[in-house]
Amino acid sequence: MNTTDHDEHPTVDGIPERERAELKDCQIQTIKNICHSFRHDEGELINILHKTQESFGYLPPEIQECIARELRIPVAKVYGVVTFYTFFSMQPKGKYPISICLGTACYVRGSEKIVEALKNELGIDIGGITPDGKFSLDCLRCVGACGLAPVMLIGDRVHGRVDPLQIKDILTLYT
Amino acid sequence: MQLTIDNKRIDVAVGTTVYDAAKQVGVTIPRLCYLNLEALGIENKPASCRICVVEIEGRRNLAPSCATLCTEGMTVKTSSPRVLNARKTVLELLLSDHPKDCLICPKSGRCELQNLAIRMGVREIHSIENAEMSTYRKDQSPSIIRNMDKCVLCRRCETVCNTVQTVGALSGVNRGFMAVVAPAFEQDLQDSPCTFCGQCVAVCPTGALTEVDHTPRVVRALADPTKTVIVQTAPAVRAALGEAFGMPAGTLVTGKMVAALRQIGFDYVFDTDFAADLTIMEEGAELLSRIHRMLEGDSNVKLPILTSCCPAWVNFFEQNYPDMLDVPSTARSPQQMFGAIAKTYLADRIGVRRDNLIVVSIMPCLAKKYECRRDEFKVDGNPDVDYALSTRELAQLIKEANIDFNALPDDNFDAPMGESTGAAVIFGATGGVIEAATRTAYELFTGKKCRQIDFHELRGMEGVRTASVDFDGTPIHIGIAHQLGNARKLLDGVRAGRYHLHAIEIMACPGGCVGGGGQPLHMGNAQIICARQQALYREDAQKPLRKSHENPYIQQLYNEFLGRPLSPKAHHLLHTRYFDKSTNN
Repeated sequence: MNTTDHDEHPTVDGIPERERAELKDCQIQTIKNICHSFRHDEGELINILHKTQESFGYLPPEIQECIARELRIPVAKVYGVVTFYTFFSMQPKGKYPISICLGTACYVRGSEKIVEALKNELGIDIGGITPDGKFSLDCLRCVGACGLAPVMLIGDRVHGRVDPLQIKDILTLYT
Repeated sequence: MQLTIDNKRIDVAVGTTVYDAAKQVGVTIPRLCYLNLEALGIENKPASCRICVVEIEGRRNLAPSCATLCTEGMTVKTSSPRVLNARKTVLELLLSDHPKDCLICPKSGRCELQNLAIRMGVREIHSIENAEMSTYRKDQSPSIIRNMDKCVLCRRCETVCNTVQTVGALSGVNRGFMAVVAPAFEQDLQDSPCTFCGQCVAVCPTGALTEVDHTPRVVRALADPTKTVIVQTAPAVRAALGEAFGMPAGTLVTGKMVAALRQIGFDYVFDTDFAADLTIMEEGAELLSRIHRMLEGDSNVKLPILTSCCPAWVNFFEQNYPDMLDVPSTARSPQQMFGAIAKTYLADRIGVRRDNLIVVSIMPCLAKKYECRRDEFKVDGNPDVDYALSTRELAQLIKEANIDFNALPDDNFDAPMGESTGAAVIFGATGGVIEAATRTAYELFTGKKCRQIDFHELRGMEGVRTASVDFDGTPIHIGIAHQLGNARKLLDGVRAGRYHLHAIEIMACPGGCVGGGGQPLHMGNAQIICARQQALYREDAQKPLRKSHENPYIQQLYNEFLGRPLSPKAHHLLHTRYFDKSTNN
């Protein structure tokens, strides 16, 4: 008979407490208000997540848990939606979030080189944030300004026909 | 409406799918993701696997038959060359990033994906050298192993966990190649709201969800001459084990099971049913004491009392009803009562030290693996029950030991902890625990002999049911729910004041333990589950003693050791407490 042991696993000492930040009362109230404005309708989950991300900048676990509690749905479901849409982020964004377009037009006009230049200049990867919290770096697909390719968004501002050599100068606009 | 399937004309009702219509003309279209939980009126049909595609005249693309409704005059081909070609390509694509370790996969031989590959004669997978393989981490909880590399994203587990059980531990997360079914934040199952009911395992078509295998440890204990190894078997096991050896569902194999366990080398073969009788003594006494207090006008008394035999149910209310922790009976489950008595009373009687006595249980359940590891059920780190094997693991052990199960003569359980009544046997069917409790509580409450033994009003497959039993002038209102979604309905109804009940029995699995996550896989088939139930009622009817308090060995246990039900010693060994485990607290 087979006597090898493959079933080592940690013993169960109650449910381990997962590390998570506590939300402040005013933050909980904000989420409650957003859910309320959508009548606590489960079908409005995407809109609720949109609004919440608009308020908080990102959707960390404790916020997803709070939304799940408000809508009385499993938090796994909320997480499923958050991870399905690239628009939703579980990472905080910088004061000036940078998005590079990697759509076809921008890509053929060298947007990848801009990504590289930004990575070097900021010392962060795609999805990262600078230690001072000023810039974060993301990619997206087409902002509908293909005539200006390659395009870079910083906050709401569109920078068109960007040259990798201009990156340093552009960033200084945001100090 | 009329349509033609494979040149056969057929009349079907409006709303019939092509898949079901084909079945009516005798064509079973292969499928992978589709699952019909008929008894529940719940279907899982994400139409994501595309194995069940068929050709419909006038339609450009092939259509998934599970999710395509019949229309008047439709002409369907279920196995044209185009269909067969597409089906094989789809299967090859599914296999391209599926691990090829079938030889040692725990699901080997029972895997629906493997069966499809055999059926369609797949011998090679084109461009497999270029196929990217999933490398998701393996998640091992005390009961269930998630190996997402083997997941085909059929979403059956998700349907069962969310829609049927309303546990909500699993959801489809991420997208594209990274898509996976996982708990929130991709945390481990044991940190999620999972109750370990194992119903996801019972419907998983592949080796993505399997149980933690404790057989190697049991074999090692059996080989150790310093250990006395005893075994207990839950009631539902005897009604399903035969299926693993080709017998029809509902075959009772109690005697053969005992013989097999003896041949495997257990020193004593006992019955969890003995502990089920003990459970009735304790839980029944608790119910009566609460009813007496209520009748005396005590307004603080917690009624309805909730049964606490089912470990997945215990996990469920610890997670979801933390404000009601003082409502369920404090009686431990039969598995744990057995362990506590075995490692005290029995160990003393047979002169074996606690740490040299290994208690193995054979359970229809995966949550039992978790339950026996709970800290409350350990003395100085030594668990009352060392290992909980599922019915499937026992079948495996019997096969490994080269035992010709079907040819075994019937054998009997050992005394004293192998003796049981018919009341204990029906613990494995929904309504059984409360029926057993009724048989005893009636006599203790009224002081009269209970003429009625079969309480048919408490039996059945209805998800939520209520009944009243006349305790000689005092009506006792009883609620029963099986499957956790129904439990939630019943409990929410009690909270909202829609039900006024004295006692509620809850079992997490369909049909009770007979449909447990550790049984031969039921794949949602209610007929199999009903057949197992009927087997238990047959065994009950054949038993000379059918009321728990008439079990002579139970009486002896109280006389020699425990004193009386709810005595301090009984409290210490046979009762437990519950913890707030809500994740949203």
